[in-house]
Amino acid sequence: MRRRKLEEWIAKALMLFSTAFVGICLFLIIGTVVVKGLPYLDWDMVTKIPDGGYYFGRSGGMLNAIIGSLYVAGGATVLGMCISIPVALYLNVYLKKSNAFARFAKLAFDVLFGVPSIVYGAFAFSLMVYLGVRASLLGGIIAVTLLVIPIMVRTLDEVITNVPKDLKEATLAMGATRWEMAKVYLLQIKTGILTAVLLAFGRGVGDVAAVMFTAGFSDNIPVSLHEPAATLPLAIFFQLGSPIPEVQGRAYASALILTVCILIIVSVSTILTNKKRK
Amino acid sequence: MKIRLLKDKVIGTGMLALSVLSVSLVLLIGIGLYLRSLPILQQYSVWELVTSSSWRPMKGEFGFFPFIMGTLWVTGMSILIAVPLCLFTAIYLSEYAPASFKRFFLPLVNMLAGIPPVIYGVWGVFFIIPIVQRYIAPHFVEFSTGYTVLAGGIVLAVMIFPLIVSIVVEVLSTIPKELREASLSLGATKWETVKKVILRKAFPGIFAAIVLAISRAFGETIAVLMVCGNVPIAPQSIFDPAYPLPALLANNFGEMMSVPLYDSALMFSAFALLIIILIFNIISRAILQKIEIRNA
Amino acid sequence: MTQTPHIGVKNLNVRIGDSHLLKDININIPDKSVTSIIGPSGCGKTTLLKSFNRLLDDIPGVNITGNVLVDGEDIYGKHADVTQIRKKMGLLAQRPFPLPMSIYDNIAYGPRIHGAPSKKELNALVEHYLKAVGLWEEVKGRLHGSASSLSIGQQQRLCLARGLAVEPEIILGDESTSALDPISTKIIEDLIIQLKEKYTIVLVTHILRQARRVSDYIIFVYMGEIIEFGPTEEILLNPKEKLTKEYVKGFIS
Ligand SMILES: Nc1ncnc2c1ncn2[C@@H]1O[C@H](COP(=O)(O)OP(=O)(O)OP(=O)(O)O)[C@@H](O)[C@H]1O
Ligand SMILES: [Mg+2]
Repeated sequence: MRRRKLEEWIAKALMLFSTAFVGICLFLIIGTVVVKGLPYLDWDMVTKIPDGGYYFGRSGGMLNAIIGSLYVAGGATVLGMCISIPVALYLNVYLKKSNAFARFAKLAFDVLFGVPSIVYGAFAFSLMVYLGVRASLLGGIIAVTLLVIPIMVRTLDEVITNVPKDLKEATLAMGATRWEMAKVYLLQIKTGILTAVLLAFGRGVGDVAAVMFTAGFSDNIPVSLHEPAATLPLAIFFQLGSPIPEVQGRAYASALILTVCILIIVSVSTILTNKKRK
Repeated sequence: MKIRLLKDKVIGTGMLALSVLSVSLVLLIGIGLYLRSLPILQQYSVWELVTSSSWRPMKGEFGFFPFIMGTLWVTGMSILIAVPLCLFTAIYLSEYAPASFKRFFLPLVNMLAGIPPVIYGVWGVFFIIPIVQRYIAPHFVEFSTGYTVLAGGIVLAVMIFPLIVSIVVEVLSTIPKELREASLSLGATKWETVKKVILRKAFPGIFAAIVLAISRAFGETIAVLMVCGNVPIAPQSIFDPAYPLPALLANNFGEMMSVPLYDSALMFSAFALLIIILIFNIISRAILQKIEIRNA
Repeated sequence: MTQTPHIGVKNLNVRIGDSHLLKDININIPDKSVTSIIGPSGCGKTTLLKSFNRLLDDIPGVNITGNVLVDGEDIYGKHADVTQIRKKMGLLAQRPFPLPMSIYDNIAYGPRIHGAPSKKELNALVEHYLKAVGLWEEVKGRLHGSASSLSIGQQQRLCLARGLAVEPEIILGDESTSALDPISTKIIEDLIIQLKEKYTIVLVTHILRQARRVSDYIIFVYMGEIIEFGPTEEILLNPKEKLTKEYVKGFIS
């Protein structure tokens, strides 16, 4: 009996320790970014593009990278939506659950979900070389689109499976075609689509590896798809590598901006999902 | 009436085409990367590339062994750190913690799951590297810059914390409470119930979570690039620097066109990453199916 | 009552959050007999049953006052050892929940936890309790197969055997036959009648005919209160309270 009590006690101690450790680490991350970034944060950062010599500590801001990230992630999310919504609907609504292709496709998306973003980046780059596209906004959007498709398909897949089965039977019983039924589903999963969009957008904004070779980097805000575009995470990476403290400080400030953006996106999607659940 | 059916058909075909296209992405990526790495594969055998340790692109020597080992060391380290901590945390949250703590902690974890890797890298450079350099490494080795397997492992581990914790908590919440009651009413303590019944029942789900975490850690680029030191020598201990495959790819992309075969070598590393991930996925899926059948 | 009480409940009140689920429960459950708890859905039967082996403890927001005495000892007392209390009582749930392990290990689970019997002792134990629930002949060839491969009826008997293997004094059953087919139900009912020689048995049921077939006493619960308690025939055929009468006649459900 003593031994059993002791074991229970040790296990509990380990759990408390682990939880505290995990909690503290996660807290420290946010803490670091806030404490280090806040002093360097100013309006110029979010309203100006870099002046000459910005990366040596002169004046200017990060607006080019912020806009660049929004363009890349936004473009990729829109493209991703155009592909993933039809695919998810097709696999779940058009095809029967037992359909071999549907099952194989779900497996393939699981695999794609695990493919590292750098592989998408490398593939997109090869594709661009083949097509003669230079590193540009377009390139970045293509790479990130590839990256977010599996994320969106998987999220939508889950959302659609959660729609009550009766809906399918009821609409089919009314003599609806599968496309008409798909439209009914589309209405049902509105919030789910928004969740998938936010998830993909968050991933797109934060990813570096896919855009590193495909989007290029530029001090200007891109005005066409064929111009190179800076992205926020890449700018953080470059600036942190600088030996100049001022520039490093800006890296932390940019990290703070990025973190806040992501936290807002994630919070909104969490709230939406929770609402839907109730 | 006819128009409705026609519309159904046409749209269905369009959707099918999109589905086939996106499903075949795995294949397309594989083929694309393979074609691009053909030049180097024609000069050296895969075995040579994978087992040779000498990396001198200028002299035409492309040995990937140090990078493969670097990837394995860092990934392994992160999993070793993260899995026990996350399992205990998830068990605490789902079985022991007061509801109010759970309500506060879990959304936080889910939120952090969305934080991009570059932020974890920033934190690693600012926080983990100095700790490893000043406080941990001096106890074991004479000199360390802090940019080591250990640092990479810690940063990756923290990065996959939210992922593992949130999935495992979800998995544990699907286990019926009657199963817990069955064990408890036989006079088992809570911990005995967790250890012998709940973890066993949840094992397939936990396994899947760990698989996902491994793939995430394995393919992570920017965070490891920032903290691992990037020295192309296979690490011998956790205080050696490492140069994981994704970091190699990311670091040298700029200059790859200027050295012969270099771009092909880098594409080969992307191809290798893809193949390893595929094999890993297939094996773990097979294992999972076995476990699920046994556990049913 | 002619028999000595085995479970004595004094002023038991159970609240979860704002809802008052059990109100001033006072009852003495007689030793070595079958007592059925009946009452409309949601009246608190399961809650009452679970209060006997402290399975309510882990519900968030639960508040329990009063005493439950088992063998004269207060299980909600300061020094009560929950695992020992629960060991005294086997629980047979609504649906069978075999532990995720082999048939053999399901039975051996309890004995292994409470001591480390030798391999030989365990083998004997497993055989003994499987025989006690009439499962031995059916499963002896696949003791090390997964417990979930058994039929639902067999699983429920396995769960009963698993509970008996920790040598309890009391068996608690919560609508234990509601998921079973008529034949399995009959087997379980016969087992219960047979087991009351050695055990005190408390059953929750919503089938009055079942209560009549197996039980010696009946407790009628309504909206968290005990309305009436007495011998089976008396409650079913000649209830004193108006509510009991209406329930027995099928007016309340
Ligand atoms: N965890 C809980 N939190 C809040 N209320 C609960 C909880 N568990 C049960 N209740 C409520 O307590 C009341 C009694 O529940 P209980 O399960 O004891 O009823 P019952 O008599 O067993 O019903 P049934 O015949 O349907 O099984 C119900 O109104 C139920 O909604
Ligand atoms: Mg009940």
